[in-house]
Amino acid sequence: MTQGAAALPRLPAERLEPLRAGYAAVRRAQRRRLLLALTIVMALALLSAWVAEVRPAVLWERGDEFFGYFARILTLEGGERAGQWVWMDPAEWFWGLHRWLPLLADTLLMAYIALLVGGLGGFALGLLAAANITPSAPLRWGVKRALEFCRTVPDLVFALIFVIAFGLGPLAGVLAIAISTAGWLGKLFSEVVENIDMKPVEGATAAGASWTQMARFAVVPQVLPGFMSYALLRFEMNVRAATVMGFVGAGGIGHVLVEAVRKFYLNDVAALLVLIILTVTLIDLGASWLRRRLLAAEMGR
Amino acid sequence: MSGTPALRETARVRLPVLRATHPAQFRAVTPTRLAVVAVLLGMAGLFALGVWRLEIDTSRLLSGFGQMLHFLTLMIPPAPTRGASLEGVLLALVETLGIAFLGTLLAAIIAFPIGFLAARNATVNQALRFVTRRGLDGLRGIDVLIWALIWVGVVGLGPFAGVLAIMTSDIGNFGKLYSEALEAADRKPQEGVVASGGSGLHRVRYGILPEVLPVLAGQTLYYFEGNVRASMIIGIVGAGGIGMILTEMIRTMEWQAVSMIVLLLLVVVALIDFGSGRLRQRLMGRA
Repeated sequence: MTQGAAALPRLPAERLEPLRAGYAAVRRAQRRRLLLALTIVMALALLSAWVAEVRPAVLWERGDEFFGYFARILTLEGGERAGQWVWMDPAEWFWGLHRWLPLLADTLLMAYIALLVGGLGGFALGLLAAANITPSAPLRWGVKRALEFCRTVPDLVFALIFVIAFGLGPLAGVLAIAISTAGWLGKLFSEVVENIDMKPVEGATAAGASWTQMARFAVVPQVLPGFMSYALLRFEMNVRAATVMGFVGAGGIGHVLVEAVRKFYLNDVAALLVLIILTVTLIDLGASWLRRRLLAAEMGR
Repeated sequence: MSGTPALRETARVRLPVLRATHPAQFRAVTPTRLAVVAVLLGMAGLFALGVWRLEIDTSRLLSGFGQMLHFLTLMIPPAPTRGASLEGVLLALVETLGIAFLGTLLAAIIAFPIGFLAARNATVNQALRFVTRRGLDGLRGIDVLIWALIWVGVVGLGPFAGVLAIMTSDIGNFGKLYSEALEAADRKPQEGVVASGGSGLHRVRYGILPEVLPVLAGQTLYYFEGNVRASMIIGIVGAGGIGMILTEMIRTMEWQAVSMIVLLLLVVVALIDFGSGRLRQRLMGRA
């Protein structure tokens, strides 16, 4: 090795020196930039810590309560096996299953209905926001701002307002989730439509197709897989959103959970968290399996 | 042009022949169509079931929309009210941004080493990797609002609980993202480092990190944008930020303040998205 390396001719010093100096200068500049960035981040962090009333002492003192909390919710409070881990007595742990399962089903239905309603809205608005389909620039601008509004305002804020307007219950939650679904899907749909290949459209038009025939045979086949895949992704998000709608009285399982946390029904909290995590995981797995199948079917065509 | 009708005539004449030679193309009922109809019917059925279970009916919808219109008229013009002065709202907005920033930063710092443990090409031990991944899944499975609720119970009401909530839920997100970015790293630089005598640690430091660091930073910034939105709502359970004021204003129906706060939220989110988008582009550009 060393001999091979020694055999390589070295650059003469007068040509090597400027290269070395240049390299050192670049490194110095990089270090300076890194240092500057770190200083800014640190300053912002300190400022944030001050604004957010961070009290490390409290965390230090009571941080073990966080883990203690999980130990406590996983320890049976009543029944024959009180004091043991919850999974020693699943029947006692999941005593309220007959009450929780229908609520869980309602939560999924909320996510589903919101997906359909919001998906339809997003579909219409997405077409209106696509540059190659909607020629009117002011209309597009308006639709895009409306979509941004629906996306940006958190769904729980909509839910809070709808609970007052429509009354307590899942209806408010469904509408709130539907609005953010429309905003989210509308943006992605319009991007899908803007990225289509225009050749089939021209072909259909040239062959004498009417606008609807053109849309059906030249646009829909191109955008459908993209739409479906985004809609499935959104369904996963909707399920997550629906689980917390109950926090503001807008239906679903969240209501029982928030009550259990506030009233210290500790075992219930653990059971509900397990149910929610299981449901969300299953839905994620199922939806991504479906998405893969859709993509595979699309590729195989 | 004059050729078109003639062409059409020839096609019409040939139609019976075409039908006879390609019967499959002319069948009205095909398995695919049946499947599509069945799926659509199933979806419609599920929709009807949902409408029935969730007690959605037209009278409630109509009266609700009437109420909403009424509220909308009360929201104009947006203005500060007794419960929500402009200073108070702006201060709460700064607090919201602080919660999002600190939560994201802490999550990134904690998730960075965890990401290595969870990545196939950088982990210490496969069993440890499996455990880490399942732990991250659990953290991600719980919504940030639920974390906020739990942390409020530990450190009390206030923005600190919000910081911890965002941190906890994002450790799960970042851990997964970072490990995926590490696994997607190009193998060639790593092999180069190992071939020239580098240890495992050298491989990670000089073979993986330079490539993935900008990607990780970009993803973290992207999540910061999402966390700004999240920190706006955790106030609903008392974990600080603008959400606390907004919830109170909605519940006491001070609609002018509500519309003012929502407008400010839109402006802040647009500014943050713009700034962080620019920063992300620069980060990615340098990579």
